[in-house]
Amino acid sequence: MLSVKNLKAKIGEKQILNGIDLQVKAGEVHAIMGPNGSGKSTLASVLAGREDYEVTEGEVLFEGKNLLELEPNERACEGIFLAFQYPVEIPGVSTVNFMKTALNKIREYRGQPSLDAVAFLQLMKEKMKLVEIDQSLLSRSLNEGFSGGEKKRNEIFQMAMLEPKLSILDETDSGLDIDALRIVANGVNKLRSKNNATIVVTHYQRLLEYIVPDYVHVLYKGKIVKSGGKELAMELEAKGYDWIKNELALA
Amino acid sequence: MSTIASDIDLKEKIVRAFEQTPDRKNVQRTEAIQHFQKLGLPGNKTEEYRFTPITKALEKNFSFNQSSPIETKIKSIDQFLIPNLEANIIVFINGTYSPDFSKIISPESEIKISDLRKAVNQNEAPIYFEKYLQTSVDPFTALNSSLWQDGVFIQVPAKTKVSKSVIVLHINDAETEQSIAHTRLLVVMEEESELTLIERSASTGSNNIFHTFAEEIVVKEKASLDYVKIQNDEGKLHQVANSMIHQSNNSKLNTFTLTMNGSLIRNNFSIAIDGENCESHFHGLYLLNGNTLADNHTVVDHLKPNSFSNELYKGVMDGNSKGVFNGKIFVRPYAQKTNAFQSNRNILLTDTAAINTKPQLEIWADDVKCSHGCTSGQLDEEALFYLRSRGISLNEAKAMLLYAFALDTLEAIKDPILKTYLDSLISKRLNKF
Repeated sequence: MLSVKNLKAKIGEKQILNGIDLQVKAGEVHAIMGPNGSGKSTLASVLAGREDYEVTEGEVLFEGKNLLELEPNERACEGIFLAFQYPVEIPGVSTVNFMKTALNKIREYRGQPSLDAVAFLQLMKEKMKLVEIDQSLLSRSLNEGFSGGEKKRNEIFQMAMLEPKLSILDETDSGLDIDALRIVANGVNKLRSKNNATIVVTHYQRLLEYIVPDYVHVLYKGKIVKSGGKELAMELEAKGYDWIKNELALA
Repeated sequence: MSTIASDIDLKEKIVRAFEQTPDRKNVQRTEAIQHFQKLGLPGNKTEEYRFTPITKALEKNFSFNQSSPIETKIKSIDQFLIPNLEANIIVFINGTYSPDFSKIISPESEIKISDLRKAVNQNEAPIYFEKYLQTSVDPFTALNSSLWQDGVFIQVPAKTKVSKSVIVLHINDAETEQSIAHTRLLVVMEEESELTLIERSASTGSNNIFHTFAEEIVVKEKASLDYVKIQNDEGKLHQVANSMIHQSNNSKLNTFTLTMNGSLIRNNFSIAIDGENCESHFHGLYLLNGNTLADNHTVVDHLKPNSFSNELYKGVMDGNSKGVFNGKIFVRPYAQKTNAFQSNRNILLTDTAAINTKPQLEIWADDVKCSHGCTSGQLDEEALFYLRSRGISLNEAKAMLLYAFALDTLEAIKDPILKTYLDSLISKRLNKF
């Protein structure tokens, strides 16, 4: 589904990604872990098309298409979804209207007819249950005045609505208490299928207790320095990132 | 020094034009022209007009030599009306009242609409004429007060709700030559009356237009006024509007000024809150493009205690357009327990667009709640990326954010048909970006 080869990117003059290689197949869950400043969020942002970053080398293919040539909205239409670490507050735009516009744009791109108001509401009600989010919250301005947990649940709600092929969760666990974490993870798990894939970007192993990955990659100084199964996450939790740093220093 | 010399020329030209008019012997008009002579036209050093070179525009684009009245070829006003809105329509063409196009549908028991010129000339000038809008302060009020051609005098009796809105439509026919118009409005709302008043400028042709307005509105106790100005004349309109609203105890006021087109639009808009327990929502939205300059100079003057005012002006500047906002709030020593809020927010869409904004608060009372804030900047990149990351294109994301930004200025409008119409004007403009 996703093939990243030797991806290098910088912001301003600062090189952040130094040659990432990553292969993600349908049905898989990949966790990207790493200490602060290792480039985890940058990788998520580059995949979603954030323009602050300049890709200097490498390629990213998504279902055979050159992702780097696409606008952020085209990437979304192709099936990429980024759950933001810090979801943006947008006064004056309700989540409902926003999702209606977004969903119909994506449907239009895929050659599907627009959903009418009734069908849209029905779909929305169904997806709301997944993340236990209340309709009154969705009628309000997008994320405005939402708690941290509400914002993250809203992200997963949007993901459920748009049914992406590849979801990238950027530090979705940050700022969540244990109950909210469970609700969010539960939503993500229910959305997992053999046809879609998930990349979970996280600093802590905590989230991975709920969203169990097939693969764990450790990112350090803009490179994947270690890959393994879910047990790698446990090992990291036990030994800390210094273990990786020391291992690299010795090598 | 050449600027100053030509200022004098233009001033002299205008004074001479006044001396040619049949009204030159009228006492009030003579006094007004004297004020005009004393005040002079604003130069680039005049603080109140520092960002708005109206005098230069007048020098460059207009001849003030007296000419015969323009024969208009306008056959229909339908295109200038608000669709589906049943309303009383008062039409001025090139500053002259047009009985043919005007249409009063409300009964006289609800609203009395008469010819202001007749009322003033019959030496029974209404007591509120030139009472709150003084000719000695702004040169364009003075200019208008000496040269005004026609005006309308609206009276709403006590305890009366005017069920149909009133639209004052100013059409300038600039097909064959420049149009210069000076018009007046006097509205007196008696106790517990209610009115929706809409004012709109429109034009035909591509010659220059200069239009001054002098507007006085008296809102007595417990009366309630909704006042909407629609400034989307696509012609070469240069306008200076001096508007003054005087509020008494327990009165309510909603104003909304929408500015979208014109060469140079200057609104001097003042509200005197001369009563207790008044509520005033003072809203404006300017969505500018091309070379339009729109300047809103506003004053909220709290003269009595226990009243509330909320001023909200927002602007979006595209192309080479320029916005100016100046918001004065006075809270007089006696006006304790005043709540006065002001906010001016601006978005610049290009490097060549500009905004000059200045809040000016003078608070003499000590037990008040007042706040003000002004911002100017670009669209939030992070918000744009967020919308785009969900499948919405850059242009649509911009339109969504701008529309969301603009929309709360419309909040106070009650009439659903009018609101829908204003919403459609705003949506159409913002989707073009």
